[in-house]
Amino acid sequence: MRARVALFALVVAAVAAFPLEAGPYPVKLLQEILIFGIFAMSLDLLMGYAGMVSFGHSAFFGIGAYTAALILVKWPGLTTALLVPAAAAALGALVIGFFSIRVSGVYFIMLTLAFSQMFHAVAFQNAFLGAEDGLVGVPRPDVLGLSIGTLGRFHAYLLVIVALLALFLWRVTRSPFGHVLRGIHENEARMQALGYPVSRYKLAAFVLAGTVAGIAGALYTQFQGSVSPDAFLWTTSGQALLMVIIGGTGTLGGAFLGAAAFILLQSIVSSYTERWMLILGLTFVLLVLFAPGGIVGTLRGRVGLRA
Amino acid sequence: MSAAPLLALERLTRAFGALNAVNGVSLSVAARERRVIIGPNGAGKTTLFNLITGHLAPTTGRIVLGGVPVTGLPPHAIARRGLARSFQRNSLFPRLPVLENLRLAAAADGVGSWRLLGRVERLPAPLARARETAEAVGLAERLDVLAGALSYGEQRQLEVGLALATRPRLLLLDEPTAGMSPEETARMTRMLEGLPREITLLIIEHDMDVVASLADRVTVLHYGEVLTEGSFAHVKADPRVYEVYLGSA
Repeated sequence: MRARVALFALVVAAVAAFPLEAGPYPVKLLQEILIFGIFAMSLDLLMGYAGMVSFGHSAFFGIGAYTAALILVKWPGLTTALLVPAAAAALGALVIGFFSIRVSGVYFIMLTLAFSQMFHAVAFQNAFLGAEDGLVGVPRPDVLGLSIGTLGRFHAYLLVIVALLALFLWRVTRSPFGHVLRGIHENEARMQALGYPVSRYKLAAFVLAGTVAGIAGALYTQFQGSVSPDAFLWTTSGQALLMVIIGGTGTLGGAFLGAAAFILLQSIVSSYTERWMLILGLTFVLLVLFAPGGIVGTLRGRVGLRA
Repeated sequence: MSAAPLLALERLTRAFGALNAVNGVSLSVAARERRVIIGPNGAGKTTLFNLITGHLAPTTGRIVLGGVPVTGLPPHAIARRGLARSFQRNSLFPRLPVLENLRLAAAADGVGSWRLLGRVERLPAPLARARETAEAVGLAERLDVLAGALSYGEQRQLEVGLALATRPRLLLLDEPTAGMSPEETARMTRMLEGLPREITLLIIEHDMDVVASLADRVTVLHYGEVLTEGSFAHVKADPRVYEVYLGSA
């Protein structure tokens, strides 16, 4: 427990102290890790804790990203940058979740995938959403009266938001609600027999994870200054799944580590070869075969720590 | 007659295709009563339990719990009305410790379970009840052991403990001593005998020694129908009961 808090503080400090003089490329890589890290963590809440493997998490990332893009152009403030996209994603998760949680396992995977692809199809064709080009020229919001256009200020803004969200998710996993989710993961039928309205808890978990994913999407729009239909694409969901699995499901921190590993590997390998997908795929296969608990699971096994 | 029964089943029928697994069963259990249901394999005992707990919907008939009809309600809603159940096959949370298994059961009344930020350790009531229950079912020394790592007998104790920790008015136990050694069976029986009378018991049991020491009344099911009902001595003396058991062997 103490060790986790220390580790968390260390990571935050390291990100905060990252030398911006290193140039925009490494800083942007780090920022991308922050954004996808929190996105993967939100998926881990669903997968690793509630036991709901979703292949449509991009739907909420995309809703957040597009909502931010649409309204930041007119009103560049903190509310429009974070709260409205979060609310939009929550609403989307409520609707998609309402239908999806009725099934489980492969059917849940297929249903969530189908919903996210529907959103992709709409974004890809709708002129108002910029069709296949998406929306470009999205301004960054002013925070506390300050513009966060610069690399340094945006870095600080991003770090604060992501750290707060990570802390929130971590607290949720330790809360009574989080424990109910773990119970549902372990034995859904028994939870119901004990008197827990299981589907309501599952829907709440789905909405919570979707909301955080929506904020991640909104941050990504601000990071890039644009959004494309790719935000909704199944590959975005797939990447988040890979990040969680690489890092270790049900650990939260692992999802973040997985995002870092994935993005670093991608950027390093792709600078050497066009076939970076092949290398990444092989690495993934080897990891799953020889470290099925992911990075964190394997480390815990080595050190002999228990969850 | 005394006050209204805690549980009343009215001409309950459940069909699976052409087979009526439960066929027109009427049964009433008074508050504070300890009722045991016996009957050969396939008599419809577990199906009857599944109907009472809402895991199965009856084809026809009515279930009244504490004066309120609960027919057609989902299992969690019926559980919330003070009914708990243990399963014939263990249904535990294998990768969670014993204490957390029982705490989840104790917290099932919902108080605080929606809190997103509080800590589990800060809600003392369910934890205290979990420890009490562990004491009652003989697992007080095993609180930190993962449920999946317990011996079979201990898992049976936990199985009953999960139902008990919800503090039910009506406790349904589906063969609580199934697969237990004679010593474990004796311990389980003593534990059940020691339960407060406020908990009304409805038990499916095969072990006649257990039935003899627990039952106020016994109901015999056969082919989904009530064959006879009465005190253990009365039922034992009924020649049809012998016939049913021998005939099915």
